Amino acid sequence: MSRVSVPCHVKGTVALQVGDVRTSQGRPGVLVIDVTFPSVAPFELQEIVFKNYYTAFLSIRVRQHSSTHTPAKWVTCLRDYCLMPDPHSEEGAQEYVSLFKHQMLCDMARVLELRLILRQPSPLWVSFTVEELQIYQQGPKSPSMTFPKWLSHPVPCEQPAPLIEGLPDPSRVSSEVQQMWALTEMIRASHTSTRIGRFDVDGCYDLNLLSYT
Amino acid sequence: MLQEESDLSLIIAQIVQKLKGSNLYAQLERQAWGSWEKRILKSLNSMCTELSIPLARKRPVGEQKELLNKWNEMGTDEPDLSLFRPVYAPKDFLEVLINLRNPNYENGDSLSFRTHLGLIQVPLKVKDIPELKEFFVELGLTTGQLGIDDSTQVPPELFENEHVRIGQKVLAEQDGAAAQQYIRQGSPTALRADLWALILNISSQPEDILYYEQLKTNVIQHDLLVDSLIYKDVKLTASNDDYYFVFEDYLYQVLLCFSRDTSVLGHFAYNSASPPKSYIRGKLGLEEYAVFYPPNGVIPFHGFSMYVAPLCFLYHEPSKLYQIFREMYVRFFFRLHSISSHPSGIVSLCLLFETLLQTYLPQLFYHLREIGAQPLRISFKWMVRAFSGYLATDQLLLLWDRILGYNSLEILAVLAAAVFAFRAVNLMEVTSLAAAEAVLADLSTLKVMPLLQIFLFATVT
Repeated sequence: MSRVSVPCHVKGTVALQVGDVRTSQGRPGVLVIDVTFPSVAPFELQEIVFKNYYTAFLSIRVRQHSSTHTPAKWVTCLRDYCLMPDPHSEEGAQEYVSLFKHQMLCDMARVLELRLILRQPSPLWVSFTVEELQIYQQGPKSPSMTFPKWLSHPVPCEQPAPLIEGLPDPSRVSSEVQQMWALTEMIRASHTSTRIGRFDVDGCYDLNLLSYT
Repeated sequence: MLQEESDLSLIIAQIVQKLKGSNLYAQLERQAWGSWEKRILKSLNSMCTELSIPLARKRPVGEQKELLNKWNEMGTDEPDLSLFRPVYAPKDFLEVLINLRNPNYENGDSLSFRTHLGLIQVPLKVKDIPELKEFFVELGLTTGQLGIDDSTQVPPELFENEHVRIGQKVLAEQDGAAAQQYIRQGSPTALRADLWALILNISSQPEDILYYEQLKTNVIQHDLLVDSLIYKDVKLTASNDDYYFVFEDYLYQVLLCFSRDTSVLGHFAYNSASPPKSYIRGKLGLEEYAVFYPPNGVIPFHGFSMYVAPLCFLYHEPSKLYQIFREMYVRFFFRLHSISSHPSGIVSLCLLFETLLQTYLPQLFYHLREIGAQPLRISFKWMVRAFSGYLATDQLLLLWDRILGYNSLEILAVLAAAVFAFRAVNLMEVTSLAAAEAVLADLSTLKVMPLLQIFLFATVT
């Protein structure tokens, strides 16, 4: 299944906090990232790929183009998807994640805008976000091929030509050649993958000092 | 159909992740490991220049003949190794681990619910006792164990005879998965060598013996600086050990060949470290003349030869001994001296040890910390060497049975905590790090399996 990247514009993260007081103790635990597609018509979303950076839970809301004249509404398509099984420890904190359209709660047929809601309830992390966000839509289907007529309608067997004197039976020769070919294929397939194990270059292992790069 | 596809790809990704082990992209790993590797390379380079000894040189024909003649008794050689020093020791490595920091981790001055009171400051996920009980369920009180239920007071009809019979059947069937399950209850001494070979998938084919002979030829032809480091390490550690000094010659035969084995480079695919690189003299920077040094990419540290020594009790044929050691190294031992976030990596083992101690022996932990004797400073050297050289050999082999059976090194951390629990009464009375070290200096009388069983299954928490 091919996929095509959709150019998107990722707006800066917005932190959601209760009240106005921004103390050093209280770091926001919820961030919102808006993703718009300025130059693309409403498309069918296939896949979302990103690299996690210490986000524990992810929710995604989508705004779709509606055919009627009602204004497009925000719908939740992914609710509290767990990225870190234990929000206090490193597991899953920096992993690459792929989300597919069938994992979504709603149809993703005519996407206008996406909103990613990131949650990190643990107070242990200084910051959290998602990076390298990429959205994919379905690529063009491979063009269907029409088989040439002679492949789909094989000609019925012809009568074999009469045997010329002195030459061996062609069907026997062909079966023997086939056996030989099978044997060579077997030998080629079973060649060992063990390395030769040479660590020198043409017998020479006279080295400089070790390099630091 | 699509659901299954992506479920499958998710499962495959998870499996690949587990196989790969280390999260290669973790920031803290790259930085910490990079600077540590550089330190090692610098140390090796400076040894090279100070002593005016080349990293590698081709032996003249006379010397090659001489070495070939005394291949089986290299221990009788007494080269002058006084100027060589080990590249690093476990305590240097511990300092690096202590200084591992995650830049995104809030380590404020005020104590919080997650302040790490131990030495390791990295928040990796480690198992707690309920999870360990589930993981090591075959070590439970109601399951027979070698190391407990084969002692002289227990009549062999109760467990031992049947266990041996099952072991022989497993070997007859050559069933590797069954062997791994079987060995969780320990391996009878007579069957151990074959069982380990079955689990590690080692069978001595003619090509393996040929490969070992090839490595031997490489040793004869080229002399490497790391050879002197290996000599020094063997002389300092294994030769001084009451149990292992008889195997000195075997150790040279295995370790010198190990340094030349380029197939070990394959394990760097799942090890976050990278092998040191160099260039042929005069061809600096030209990629066709880039080589790894040593050829297997592993620079031995102080105590490295102790990974091989216990195996000498099981295998007497050099090429088989070599294969077993190599497989053990690329499966388990490399994790004990490289930085990664793998559950069996040394960082996780250290954190597991400290967490177990802090959670289940809080008074002891607090007391040791107050007197300046952080427990990890004492137990680190046990875990890095997988307890080789610290336990009696029969107990060590019972421990390594379980490492193979559970395919995990976590048992080392559990045993370390169990040892502290066992000697807790004495440790509560000490008032300095030196005294604590003295209490825990001699582990040779300990019985490993009862300690583990009591700590995991019989301690009231």
